Amino acid sequence: MIGLVSYLVFFLILSLTFGVAVLGLNLQWGYTGLFNAGVAGFVGIGAYTMAILTGPARDAVFGGFELPFFVGLIGAMAASGLAALVVGLVTLRLKGEYLAVSTFGIAVSIQLVALNWEYLTGGTLGLIGIPNPTKDWVTGSLAQNALFLLIVLTVTGLTFWALERIVKSPWGRILKAIREDEVAATSLGKNPARIRLESFALGCMIMGLSGALYVSFIGYVSPWDFLPILTFQIWTMLIVGGSANNRGAVLGALIVWGVWTTSGFAISRVIPAEIQAQGGAMQAILIGLILVVTLLIRPRGLIGEELNVSRHAKS
Amino acid sequence: MFLQHFADGILSGAIVSLGAIGLSFTMKILRFANFSHSELLTWGAYTALVFLSFASSFGGVFDQNIGPFTFGLPLLFSMVFACVATSAIALFLHKYVFERLSRMAGHMTMVFASFGVALILRHLVVLVWGSDPIYYSNELQFAVLLPGNVRVLPDQVFLLGVTIVTVVCLHLFMTRTRTGIAMRGVSESPDLARISGVNVGAIINWVWIIGASAAALGGVLYGMTVQLRPELGFSLILPLFAAAILGGAGSLYGAVIGGLVVGLSENLSVMIIPTTYKPAVPFLLILAILFFKPEGLFGERSK
Repeated sequence: MIGLVSYLVFFLILSLTFGVAVLGLNLQWGYTGLFNAGVAGFVGIGAYTMAILTGPARDAVFGGFELPFFVGLIGAMAASGLAALVVGLVTLRLKGEYLAVSTFGIAVSIQLVALNWEYLTGGTLGLIGIPNPTKDWVTGSLAQNALFLLIVLTVTGLTFWALERIVKSPWGRILKAIREDEVAATSLGKNPARIRLESFALGCMIMGLSGALYVSFIGYVSPWDFLPILTFQIWTMLIVGGSANNRGAVLGALIVWGVWTTSGFAISRVIPAEIQAQGGAMQAILIGLILVVTLLIRPRGLIGEELNVSRHAKS
Repeated sequence: MFLQHFADGILSGAIVSLGAIGLSFTMKILRFANFSHSELLTWGAYTALVFLSFASSFGGVFDQNIGPFTFGLPLLFSMVFACVATSAIALFLHKYVFERLSRMAGHMTMVFASFGVALILRHLVVLVWGSDPIYYSNELQFAVLLPGNVRVLPDQVFLLGVTIVTVVCLHLFMTRTRTGIAMRGVSESPDLARISGVNVGAIINWVWIIGASAAALGGVLYGMTVQLRPELGFSLILPLFAAAILGGAGSLYGAVIGGLVVGLSENLSVMIIPTTYKPAVPFLLILAILFFKPEGLFGERSK
């Protein structure tokens, strides 16, 4: 029983951590219509920033400032947001699929830097020994994980609440106006270019936050954690849950991560150890199938966008 | 060293060109960026492997190599088989995924779907053939020394030959046959083509067949001169997009020249930047093109 509980805690920590990144993507795609295909890159920047700011000092590698956990979270958001501003200034002129291709390229480039700039990132070995803040407060792994889940729940809850406030604010309504009809939004005196950039940077900050939570829980960071497949997983979470709906984003993260881990568990039980690579392939095929089938039979996702009707209108 | 990098650039560029032809056509005619197109190169390479092992089991004349190459008749037949098999995959995906989505949803939905399709296709290769590198032939080949101290393998000369023949055939197809001319018409305006009596559905099937066959050839040639890996196509996504965008969507010559430019800039870049950063070069090219000439070299500005 205790095994099941501790597994559930572990599962919730990871799926809600991904859920934070899905919320960030939802702001960009769901509400603003920005096709960011480089999610893994921005999650990665947050993760590495966290590792550099809070990790232990080491020889021949930059960083190891041993700063507190919360400083790390804020630093990670700042770094991802800054990167997004630079990237956004160059690419946000682009529409639709061209933005997708460029942001995909950005994620590939960020991963190359993570692999090769050893002084900053530790190269292929990555950075290890990232402190988990709960280890200072309680002992025992279940208590630590439970406390970490509390932190993740708080962060997810705050992000969710803030985004709900944001998308219902005047600024949030401009986002949707730009998504639906940019020319009309411009003619109303709005500046779509600037608002797109703000939305992109804010979304990437939230992705960076997700990466920061991930490394302090896992305890190390390596370039192999931020492959393009992470981007596809996060996209699948958003599409399955339903884009332009923050509850859908979190629900999608829980469902898709649930399918990923249970299928991984089932496959590792069924197939022999020497063909585990094939087992991983089956998991990826399953994620691909979920994405394609959802698009074919329920394109708006499980809980899609709610209609926005004036409360004075009669139904 | 410059000449050697130049030669390598042309050779890898030829493969990128073959892959970019189909990508460029689907971007223009089907109006979506197909992230799964590069997986067709992988499938071309691996389906050729199936036919190759089948044909080689006959022995006799099939066992002999042609001239200085590391392969014999079976590989030539395998290329044809790979084109047919890859076209069948592409037509299947079109009928059951992309065409359905294009009728019921926006074109961005097709881009998402292509993410999923790419994931499925790539990992099916791992499932069927495993993740270790495979070679068509284990024979060692000696490089030929060309003037200027440039070394090329005979197989690489064959690669260039196949690419040139393919592009010339496609040129003749697009300019001399009714189907090719109709295809150009559909690419200009599907509605006008339709009221002129063109069967747009059939033409779109031809777009997939041509794109998939060119990709399959590119995959086989890559497998022949480098190796077969499940990430073969995936690692070419950015080069292919760079070539298609540089050339301008929908342009045959644009895709070919774009591919050569991408290959050359990747290979010449190692003279000034560390080799480990080479995969970022196509991305920088994409940014530069989209910034300065978004319609590409041979494309038309969209209205």
